[in-house]
Amino acid sequence: MTTTSGSEITLPGWVKIAAPAAVGILIVVVWVLAVDVLKIAPRMVPGPAAIGEELVLRSGIIVEDALITGTNALVGLVVGSLIAVVLAGLSAALRPIDGMLAPLVAAIAVVPIVALTPILNTMFGASGQFGRQVVAAIAAFVPVFINVLRGLRQTQPVHRDLLRASGASGWQNFRVLTLPTALPYLLTGLRIASSLAVIAALVAEYFGGPADGIGTAIASYAKSGRAALSWSYVIGGIAIGLVFFLVTSLLERLVTRRPPV
Amino acid sequence: MIDANTASTAVKAVGVGKAFTTRNDEVVALTGVDLEVDAGEFVSLIGPSGCGKSTLLRLIADLDEASAGTLEIFGKSASRARLDQDYGIAFQQSGLLPWRTVGANMALPLELHGVSAPDRKKRVAELAALVGLSDFVDRYPDQLSGGMQQRVAIARSLAEHPRLLLMDEPFGALDEMTRERLQSELARIVAETGAAVVFVTHSIPEAVFLSDRVVVMSPRPGRITDIIETGLGTGRGEALRESAEYFEKVTEVREALHGAPVERVNER
Repeated sequence: MTTTSGSEITLPGWVKIAAPAAVGILIVVVWVLAVDVLKIAPRMVPGPAAIGEELVLRSGIIVEDALITGTNALVGLVVGSLIAVVLAGLSAALRPIDGMLAPLVAAIAVVPIVALTPILNTMFGASGQFGRQVVAAIAAFVPVFINVLRGLRQTQPVHRDLLRASGASGWQNFRVLTLPTALPYLLTGLRIASSLAVIAALVAEYFGGPADGIGTAIASYAKSGRAALSWSYVIGGIAIGLVFFLVTSLLERLVTRRPPV
Repeated sequence: MIDANTASTAVKAVGVGKAFTTRNDEVVALTGVDLEVDAGEFVSLIGPSGCGKSTLLRLIADLDEASAGTLEIFGKSASRARLDQDYGIAFQQSGLLPWRTVGANMALPLELHGVSAPDRKKRVAELAALVGLSDFVDRYPDQLSGGMQQRVAIARSLAEHPRLLLMDEPFGALDEMTRERLQSELARIVAETGAAVVFVTHSIPEAVFLSDRVVVMSPRPGRITDIIETGLGTGRGEALRESAEYFEKVTEVREALHGAPVERVNER
């Protein structure tokens, strides 16, 4: 592990807040200038005021659609992660299973899952959310599986010797050593998977299925030229992603307060 | 089952050997080891790298299995002794679990054997006092210096009042000052607990300072070449490090290691 603290320049506290805020204000100013004052922006780029107006006006329906997409992402994340944890556990414990699963996971990792959506939608019926949830689950599965499997193999020889010398049983070994060692890896996997699940659930809506969800709205309003409304739905999508990211990051910080030295 | 005769012997090795088989040949790590360690006796294993001193310790601890000879710990097989927790062990790396507090690390062996929480707490307080870390019980290992971490590891090895302590270069990664201080502390702790110790080291002064007997080993294949009684008695104060009989024994061990008389001793 390398340390970066030596090369980092420490800034005073207020700069850390003021610097990104200044960048944000600058962007908004340029944006307003380009759209509303100079009127040089393309038609599909409305001003921040117009997007804000639509966001307030349609907040009820945007939240409703965000909940649908968010639920799909959450179901996918939970189910995909659970399957990943179980299979990673089996892989770590039994060599033959590892041999069976490794090429399969490698294959899943390189397939653009979202591109399979039309097929999955047709397979599971276009009237329900199930196809979308499957897409999110597959997207979440890969990073969780890879990270957990790695985490389960990180126990140090000195710790294994110590537990053997203490006459620990197989279950105690798992509970006291293997699991706590793997936990930070699981949470890193979950944090990566949460973003992927949201993206997958949202983009899956572009390829058919029921006429609800953030992705469906973005696609249909963009096609019908309602740029401001389309963008206000994009903000809804950002909100979902942010919530997922923040919750999993918080979880990661809580659990790994004491990172392995 | 344990009669007075076997109970007074902590470790008894007869013709013990260990061979590791690699892909196309066999490496003899240890051969023909005969050694008895009495209860309460402090025995150091010393020798150059590859002499099998750590291997011998791992065989006693049942972390590896002997491929020849017989090994008895308090009259039992090594694996029985391990499962009965007849020994405590400390390694060169402290091997503390970083997500556990100092206290929880010390209590780990107790926890694994179902000792109740109040009893664990009581024992941790005793252990922390013994190694001088009472104020650090709630800290995490990464907040401690290397020497302190090693003291936690020693406290952990003592958690279950073992009659035998196995130590594999526990001070090997520490600086000289910390090392000498911990040697004195270990001497005091061992005197207080009355445990037998098998102590692997490659430091001659350390071996002489701590031990009743120093077992000199040599590599290719690993075997015992000499056993030297220090006869330095029970008190292991700092004054001992300056005494003539201590230097004499250091010289004797050095000669045994090099296989030839050394002219002068002007270093430590």
